[in-house]
Amino acid sequence: MGSYILRRLLQSVVVVIGVTLVSFLALQAGGDPTYLFVSERASLEEIEATRRALGFDRPLHEQYLSFVGDLARGDFGQSLSYRQPAMEIVLEALPATIELTLFSMVIALLLAIPLGVLAAIHRGTAWDGSITTLAMFGQSVPNFWLGIMMILFFGLYLRWLPISGHVPFLTPLMAGDFGTALGNLPRTILHLILPGIAVGTYSLARNTRLIRSSLLEVLEQDYVRTARSKGLPEMRVLVHHALRNAWLPVVTIIGLEFGFLLGGVVVVETVFSYPGIGRLLFAAINQRDIPLVQAGVILLAGIFILLNLLVDLIYVRLDPRMKLAEGRG
Amino acid sequence: MSDQPSEGVVTTAPRETEFRRELRRAARVMVEARWPVLAVIILVATGIAAAFGPVLAPFDPNRQNLVLRLAGPMASGPDGSVFWLGSDVLGRDVLSRLLYGARVSFLVGVAAIAVGGTIGIVAGLLSGYFGGWVDDLIMRLGDIQLAFPFILLAIMFLVVLGSGIWNLILVLGVGQWVTYARIVRADTLSLREKEFVEAARALGDSTASIIFRTILPNILAPLTVIASFNVASVILSEAALSFLGLGVPPSVPTWGSMLAESRDTLVANKWWLAVFPGVAIVLTVLSFNILGDWLRDFLDPRLRERT
Repeated sequence: MGSYILRRLLQSVVVVIGVTLVSFLALQAGGDPTYLFVSERASLEEIEATRRALGFDRPLHEQYLSFVGDLARGDFGQSLSYRQPAMEIVLEALPATIELTLFSMVIALLLAIPLGVLAAIHRGTAWDGSITTLAMFGQSVPNFWLGIMMILFFGLYLRWLPISGHVPFLTPLMAGDFGTALGNLPRTILHLILPGIAVGTYSLARNTRLIRSSLLEVLEQDYVRTARSKGLPEMRVLVHHALRNAWLPVVTIIGLEFGFLLGGVVVVETVFSYPGIGRLLFAAINQRDIPLVQAGVILLAGIFILLNLLVDLIYVRLDPRMKLAEGRG
Repeated sequence: MSDQPSEGVVTTAPRETEFRRELRRAARVMVEARWPVLAVIILVATGIAAAFGPVLAPFDPNRQNLVLRLAGPMASGPDGSVFWLGSDVLGRDVLSRLLYGARVSFLVGVAAIAVGGTIGIVAGLLSGYFGGWVDDLIMRLGDIQLAFPFILLAIMFLVVLGSGIWNLILVLGVGQWVTYARIVRADTLSLREKEFVEAARALGDSTASIIFRTILPNILAPLTVIASFNVASVILSEAALSFLGLGVPPSVPTWGSMLAESRDTLVANKWWLAVFPGVAIVLTVLSFNILGDWLRDFLDPRLRERT
């Protein structure tokens, strides 16, 4: 198992280098990047001065090395619109984005299990039909449109739920102010319901289908038949024998799931005027604030890589076959 | 997956009668499943809208009519013209904009798959056939790309490259290659040692000919399933990027940018601006997904045995 972990760590290092290389190259993709940092009315002297100040007059490999050096120190440069270090601005918006991502993850996983199981054990019935049809819809609806429709219906027509804004929970929690954090929690959740559903629906639909098909496959296995013929109650067979294995394919994609959810969060935050990294990115894109876009994208990508690494390491512990394979090899 | 291509191994090009029989079976499976028929009807309709949008559209999609701003569906103008799906904040006809939007979605969806599929198939063939460092290099590149949430990658490149339909196609296309490369690689690996490939080698065929003429035709079928699901997800991504303002220039109407504009009038309950473009996206994406499901059921030999 040690060699697997080592290999996986090395792989993550390679991926991180890849990410820095890609972000660096993205900046160069449109030609001289200096023009991204100056206004359209800038004089030749101003352009030249900016080019020197940002180091775009140096050879590419030197630029890359200093880019990586800056990244390692958490320095993403000054945001063009805020005139503040880009990383500071992004980090301020991070807790709100984490709250939304975790909340949609909970929706995507916790609802998918009962729905998938229900569809699998009632295979071919109306239950199965409606769940799989709904799941098909869930995978075809753009998350931001779902958000807009929910704003129209639950927010503006029924007036049940807030349609914008955010009440911080993590920020006071991290500051050690437990009273405020707990006091905020109900309103935090209230504000997370609509955007959380919008972000989580796609993953919920995919997980439901995945659990259904994986459970169907497991239910045909010999050990399930053995368990049944031993006279075990069906519920016990389902929970102890079938579900335990059916749920492994879902665990493998939890890491990738974060990637999907983060992508959804970026767009959905904009719909709900939710003050996270997504809305920040949206504003930065429209103002062509390149350092801010880079800081946001690289921070999210970094979190994604870290989480994937963690999930893989946890998976080794969960699946006994992995240990066995290591022992043999 | 690995035993899938073995079907057409002996005869690379099936005889006409066999082809017809397969076609008839495809139609039968489709009619039995019902939904795919509806999906095909919707896709044909959207395809017609994409191809003949300018002929079908009642108005120029960018023609502003400041007298008839934010008119509801079925509203008619003073000259008797009807805004079937209403008009937007600048008095532009929603139906006409939807028809033009179909072009962008279809073109981007199909072209991006063509770009990504071609890169992925070539990469997968090389990776599977040659193995060794070529394989390592290509597959590690793929790993790195997948370790990056795709939409973030797309945002970063499009912000620098600027908006434009070809940039969009390129970025969305490059985003798809890894899936194809992995599948093609696995299939190529299993075909590489098969007798008919050995035979081609013994006959002195060039490597290029073996890869592209002998192996390639035998691994294409399962890719159509992936391609169908992929068009669906690319259309979703395109809509999301357009929504963020990273798609095509503002003068070209797209379903995503129409939804972005609809946000400003949402509180005033101008629902038609938000509902119709979304319905167009859902119907198109849903149809491609249903089609992909049907193709998979049709091609999957395990399911085939049961029917």
